Amino acid sequence: MNFDLTEDRQMLADTLRRYLAEQYDIETRNKLAYDAPFHSAEKWSEMAELGIAGALVTEENGGFGGQGFDISVVFEALGRTLCPEPFLGALMASRLLGAAGADQESLVDGSVRYAVGISEIDAPYDVAFTETTATATDGTYVLNGRKSAVYGGQVADVILVVAKLDGKLGVFSVKAADANVVGYAMIDGAGAAELVLDNTPAELVLTGADAAIQDALNAGRLALCAEAVGAMEATYEILLDYLKTRKQFGVAIGKFQVLQHRTVDLLTEIEQSRSMVVGAAAALGDDDAALKIAMAKNLIGRAARQVAEEAIQMHGGIAMTWEYAVSHLAKRLIMLDHQLGDTDHCLTEVMNSYAA
Amino acid sequence: MDLTYSDAELAFQQEVRDFFEANLPMHISDAVRSGAEMTGELYQEYHRILSAKGWLATTWPKEYGGPGWTPVERHIFDVESSRYNAPRIVPFGLAMLGPVIQKFGNDRQKAEVLPRILSAEDWWCQGYSEPGAGSDLASLKTRADRDGDHYVVNGQKTWTTLGQYANKIFCLVRTKFDGKPQEGISFLLIDLDTPGIEMRPIRLIEGGHEVNEVFFTDVRVPVENLVGEENLGWTIAKFLLTHERTGIAGVGISMQALEELKALGRSVKRNGKPLIEDPLFAARVARVEIDLEAMKITNLRMLFQAQKQGHPGPETSILKIKGTQINQEIRDLARRALGPVAAPFPGHVTDGNLVLSPPDSQNNAARYFNNRKTSIFGGSNEIQRNILTKTMLEL
Repeated sequence: MNFDLTEDRQMLADTLRRYLAEQYDIETRNKLAYDAPFHSAEKWSEMAELGIAGALVTEENGGFGGQGFDISVVFEALGRTLCPEPFLGALMASRLLGAAGADQESLVDGSVRYAVGISEIDAPYDVAFTETTATATDGTYVLNGRKSAVYGGQVADVILVVAKLDGKLGVFSVKAADANVVGYAMIDGAGAAELVLDNTPAELVLTGADAAIQDALNAGRLALCAEAVGAMEATYEILLDYLKTRKQFGVAIGKFQVLQHRTVDLLTEIEQSRSMVVGAAAALGDDDAALKIAMAKNLIGRAARQVAEEAIQMHGGIAMTWEYAVSHLAKRLIMLDHQLGDTDHCLTEVMNSYAA
Repeated sequence: MDLTYSDAELAFQQEVRDFFEANLPMHISDAVRSGAEMTGELYQEYHRILSAKGWLATTWPKEYGGPGWTPVERHIFDVESSRYNAPRIVPFGLAMLGPVIQKFGNDRQKAEVLPRILSAEDWWCQGYSEPGAGSDLASLKTRADRDGDHYVVNGQKTWTTLGQYANKIFCLVRTKFDGKPQEGISFLLIDLDTPGIEMRPIRLIEGGHEVNEVFFTDVRVPVENLVGEENLGWTIAKFLLTHERTGIAGVGISMQALEELKALGRSVKRNGKPLIEDPLFAARVARVEIDLEAMKITNLRMLFQAQKQGHPGPETSILKIKGTQINQEIRDLARRALGPVAAPFPGHVTDGNLVLSPPDSQNNAARYFNNRKTSIFGGSNEIQRNILTKTMLEL
């Protein structure tokens, strides 16, 4: 056993953390995350040049990473600074394109921005209930339906859409320019889109795509778990500093035992979360990946809520303000749970694994 | 023991229902139901409707122009007004300053202040907390120095809720600088158009403008605006915090929010079925409904106790702690129920006409975040536990 990062990954982590710390102080981040287009095209390109997109893509697909620990290193760093760049879409698209053996050069160099459309309003986390349909006409395809919460969809060039073709799940590529894409800022910052498909032309990427979609979901969930750990640690550091410096009743509030014990509980949950990310990263691509990653997302969904709510409560009013970074970290920690399967959905997946 | 309403109480319930049916404008109840940020105009419109009926000062005795309701009648009004999606009554003049003036004010103050609260002419806000004095309120530093027949006020207040709509503010100020901090505090009434006052907005976590900072620079306040005796303001502050606490169980609001949550659970789907049939979600809803069922009775028991002894006791801190926990849990579930479509930031959608989530749910995430305040304001739940430790456990 060895719990150290390889030298390459450590370098990647250091480079990315340094870049993000310089580029995304909280004021800059909030401006980018809440003003259209809800990210920075310039910084996206710079990060692609640093090799961040490439780190999410396997070597066989033209990248230089794509393993669980590459994903966790990148997203943990993104989470610390609440970086609003649409890497989740790139990661999940890469998994789907990889399954199809499609070229990913433009994804790796960041010149084409990808997003993935899976969720629907009546099938938020459960892809089997997808209602969007694909129809073949003269060798091409058209899609009908609606996809909600397409992360990064507001600036995507290409959206990979999960749709049913003859009752079976497939993946189709839609040019954003051909579709009705309604972008928005999310309440925790960064952008997403509602994708309205009305006889929208599409290209077939994959049929019989269940396994590939599950792999993309696994990778996406792992990314969110790692992002949560980064955001939890950033929150924890600010909280600890506040406990040491904020004085009430003549002493630092960190002297109050009730706050000490609750902070220790947060430390414990963050350590447990980090372990789950390690376990999930190691499992990505294995047969039990879906189960291990669902476990991680359930635990981290619970831990993230506890960290967010307790950090606000222990700070008091200051953490309820837009001016204070903890409010934004807390929003991200809570809203992460709404992406790609929440705590209850993931718990159900674990429970379902007990059936014979 | 008898938990049923008497005939008179049932008649009162019907009267309240008839009143809301006939008098609550749709644009106000729609705004409340949607969870959108309320404007001062909507609040005032509602206040005037209640004022015309004589129902604005729900907690005031008849001698001061209140309806003189019993605890049960107040409970009925609370539940019914929430059920009809009426706004909350802005508490600063009615629930807070009113009782203070009735108990500590002189005859002139009673004559000047109370009628203008009753008629909704004055909008009072609260100047209590300061950047360095939150939970430790007694360490407040805003000072009032005597200069002839005026006090000269300098300092800063914060978390002044809805202060942007107010024309008056009641403040705790320091008038003595030696001795115990609690002993040098006075309670002052200040006109917000006095020169030297500046109000600045604080933007909250969900983006709304609900609270403010208030800066005082050489603000001259007539000494007759002192309520009670100089340096005895802490007694008033404590009295007022107890009053602030009694309405804070929020039973009516939680009951209505729970009904809306169940309706949402029936309208959205998970795994091909209504979400409310998902055992994990249903268990979460059931647990909070059970807590609320207990809280309804706890609230009434404590209201009766308060009426019997003439004032609310320290055990009302229990109402604040548990009441806010229940309300926050319901708001958590209303956010959770939406899944991914909880994400859009209201007002930041490029095509505002496209419906992204079920009706009246677009603010569910914002509401959840905003409601984290309830366990912090009015004496944080930690402070409430300290009060209970001291008074009930006697530790």
